[in-house]
Amino acid sequence: MRAKILVLIFLVVLLAVFPLWLKSGAEFGGADEQAEEAIVQLQPDYEPWFGSLWEPPSGEIESLLFALQAAVGAGFIGYFLGFTRARKEQSRGRG
Amino acid sequence: MNSRMVVFLMVLLGIFAFCPGSAYAMHIMEGFLPLHWCIVWGVVTLPFLIAGVLVINKRLSQHPEMKMLLGLAGAFVFVLSALKIPSVTGSCSHPTGVGLGAILFGPLTMSVLGCIVLLFQALLLAHGGLTTLGANTFSMAVVGAFVAYLTYRACLKLKVPLWLGVFLAAALGDLMTYVTTSLQLALAFPAEVGGVGASFVKFMGIFAVTQIPLAVSEGLLTVVVFNLLTVHSKRELEELAVIPKTFVGAKGVDAQ
Repeated sequence: MRAKILVLIFLVVLLAVFPLWLKSGAEFGGADEQAEEAIVQLQPDYEPWFGSLWEPPSGEIESLLFALQAAVGAGFIGYFLGFTRARKEQSRGRG
Repeated sequence: MNSRMVVFLMVLLGIFAFCPGSAYAMHIMEGFLPLHWCIVWGVVTLPFLIAGVLVINKRLSQHPEMKMLLGLAGAFVFVLSALKIPSVTGSCSHPTGVGLGAILFGPLTMSVLGCIVLLFQALLLAHGGLTTLGANTFSMAVVGAFVAYLTYRACLKLKVPLWLGVFLAAALGDLMTYVTTSLQLALAFPAEVGGVGASFVKFMGIFAVTQIPLAVSEGLLTVVVFNLLTVHSKRELEELAVIPKTFVGAKGVDAQ
């Protein structure tokens, strides 16, 4: 099971690294920025009619918030897996 | 097991580091959907959210012990939708993480959890938007969740190996989310020549093609977490009828 998980995660890493190599030199901007350009092409007179209430003041702050989001989620997943594993081992010990 | 967890978390954070800075990802941006479409998608999505809240309340009142697992489903969405990953089109997008929860709890529950995550990203990250919340919830947490759930159930019926069912469910749910986003944008911005169809192809080229390798990644990561659940939370999975009661996979989905 451990080997299988490592293989799966290795594949995920490969899938993320491969495009960097395949398209080296590309901008790797967000797909939604490209959609924005496409909308401007399709309908040049379209004006976004509502702006974000608050925007992260810089790319650094934004990545901080995204990192925080990932960390909170990953932290809980780790807690959950540890908790259920210990629970199972304890019940096995008693039984 | 502990070292496995550490590796898992490190890899997740490592992938995240690939796409730093102002690289926005997908979802329809704030203000980029005309008002009448915002209302249409909001109205269409609302019943799913109401039904979802009722389903969650009922489940938690009957099975309070499911709270932890529900938290896990939410946390998985939280992590995966923060990971902006480079793709073969030379741009970045992120997976949704909705598939796991849809397999575990059904699609309505995930409509609510997905909406909460989207709201968080719209308010704090200027990612997606409040006006487009209805449309984005519909694509990610309604269509994505239903596709994942129905795919998994169909695989279970067809006696497909569990891991394959989980993989297909998560990957297809992820992919269909962006097909839906493309359709929503195409309906709002039909091309002068070729109309909705031509716009749909254009947006599909941006969102859906970028998403293909990410959908595979989401499928693989969902299999990893699901595998761990079948080992340590087998009772809950049986209770939720996610796996058959006769299932004997104490070592994981495809025990050896």
